[in-house]
Amino acid sequence: MAKEINDIILKDGIQYAEDHEWAQQTGETFKIGITDYAQDQLGDIVFVELPEVDTEFSKGDEFGTVESTKAVSELYMPMGGRIVAVNERLADEPELVNNSPYDDGWMIEIATDDTGDFDALMGKDAYLDMLKGL
Amino acid sequence: MTERAGTTGLILNEPLLWEKSKTGRCGMSIPESDVPEAPLDAAFAGDGPDFPDLSEVDVVRHFTRLSQWNFGVDTGMYPLGSCTMKYNPKINEKTSALPGFAGAHPMLPPDLAQGTLRIMYELEQLLCEITGMDATTTQPAAGSHGELTAMLLFYAYHQKKGEKRTKILIPDTAHGTNPASAALCGYEAVPVASGEDGILSVEAVEALMDEDTAGIMVTNPNTLGLFENNIREVAEIVHRKGGLVYGDGANMNAVMGVVKMGEIGIDAIHLNLHKTFSTPHGGGGPGAGPVCVKAHLEPFLPVPRAVKNGDTYALRYDQPDSIGRVHAFYGNFGILIRAYTYIMSMGRHLKTASQHAVLSANYIKERLKDVLHLPFDRPCMHECVFTDKHQEPNKITTLDMAKRLMDYGFHPPTIYFPLVVHGAIMIEPTETEPKENLDQFIDAFRAIAGEAAETPDLLRESPTIPKVRRLDEATAARKPCLCG
Repeated sequence: MAKEINDIILKDGIQYAEDHEWAQQTGETFKIGITDYAQDQLGDIVFVELPEVDTEFSKGDEFGTVESTKAVSELYMPMGGRIVAVNERLADEPELVNNSPYDDGWMIEIATDDTGDFDALMGKDAYLDMLKGL
Repeated sequence: MTERAGTTGLILNEPLLWEKSKTGRCGMSIPESDVPEAPLDAAFAGDGPDFPDLSEVDVVRHFTRLSQWNFGVDTGMYPLGSCTMKYNPKINEKTSALPGFAGAHPMLPPDLAQGTLRIMYELEQLLCEITGMDATTTQPAAGSHGELTAMLLFYAYHQKKGEKRTKILIPDTAHGTNPASAALCGYEAVPVASGEDGILSVEAVEALMDEDTAGIMVTNPNTLGLFENNIREVAEIVHRKGGLVYGDGANMNAVMGVVKMGEIGIDAIHLNLHKTFSTPHGGGGPGAGPVCVKAHLEPFLPVPRAVKNGDTYALRYDQPDSIGRVHAFYGNFGILIRAYTYIMSMGRHLKTASQHAVLSANYIKERLKDVLHLPFDRPCMHECVFTDKHQEPNKITTLDMAKRLMDYGFHPPTIYFPLVVHGAIMIEPTETEPKENLDQFIDAFRAIAGEAAETPDLLRESPTIPKVRRLDEATAARKPCLCG
């Protein structure tokens, strides 16, 4: 059963996208995953398909898919960049996306010189307002 | 019968065949060899397969018991939306088992296979008549295979005109296999959002259609069970830019004898013989997904084609623009006989079947819409789509209600599809359920809606009666146990 909006876990210090991905700056690079709201709506995740390292993407590009017991959904880049790492653990433990969407369930790590996309994403409060308006 | 259909009975447990195996047990006598033994290189022989050792009664009881755990259209109502799980008349099995058909070798010369060729030829004519198209191939072995075949036809058509088109428009209410079929043929699938009323708007297609686009794939009626009222205008826009219109005929059961697809702008359409034309589905199949086309696509159809020359039938290979074979020999021929039998036995009542299918779906829609949320409150075609919105305050989901239906003796409807409807419950009763069964189904669903408010835990724990209780779908998908 889906969570109430007030039960959705939102983390400080990360930026949120309209398509329910998040991005977090970690030194020179950015980690990207999906929000607690997204994992809750998708239900039990059984497979995550991620891109090859070194692939270049623009903001809005599809970078992979996530499959739950209900449906297969596309994953969209919240910001442009080059893939420097993907979360290999998700291949055998896709449930990490459900259990730890902001930490162990991260999906990709990217490098970019242009932080404009990142700065344009929503903060926690703006994202929560968007969810309430859904 | 006023009693609830779902009940408990004696169901027998059954292990895997490998667990039943006893070394040395055998179900047949192999005759003694009457030729001298010849040596064989051990590398060719290998270790041999790991088959269980079983007697005949072991095997018969194994499969009989498994069949008793199962639920099929011969057991009860199977309202799986978008699948047209109609009853399959047994005469279909009788005709397809006739020795002349069942024993015909696919490499028989045509003069010894006149009967089989005649079935192929006449079935093609019948499907052309039903769809209002000009020519048909019966080779494709499934609906998705029919889609792919049609995409290959589109590609060949544009190529012949010296054009290279790269995109295909696909509405968000189309069947899920449509974008996959287009992508397999090298096209980029461009989604078209359906309007507020659940159907395709002329403006949305006009905004996206251009001369790089090979055409559009429209499921009509769409997966919301709604007829695409704007199809003719949509087709005109696509044709004006040189594109083609593909009709996914998976929902043809709503409109047999009512809509001629060839007259509303469709250039190619596939039919699912295992849905609309009462042949077995899925694992019990195989399926068949013939493609019917207008004359301008006929030169590209797969070969060989069954043709009639005077009073005799032949196979024609001479068709230089053909996309080639899409199936070994002539498709799943046994299925073609079943569909031919169905069409011939129904005759003009194919139209009645469609009318009853639509009436049944509307009857369910009207009688459940006060207890289930109906997102598109307008006349539907052969299926209706509800959601779990009214049950949300009680934290009861579509899945819970679907599982509870099993306790009442019904196969659950399609759930969480189409994706454009949150928490969708998609019910397709088909024409083969009499009103008493529809009423019993409606009563069951109404009772479940009551339970959702009063005893929600009962739903969360359901099903309670079947041999197998609620499965852990997530673990099954994450850590599948693939053993024999």
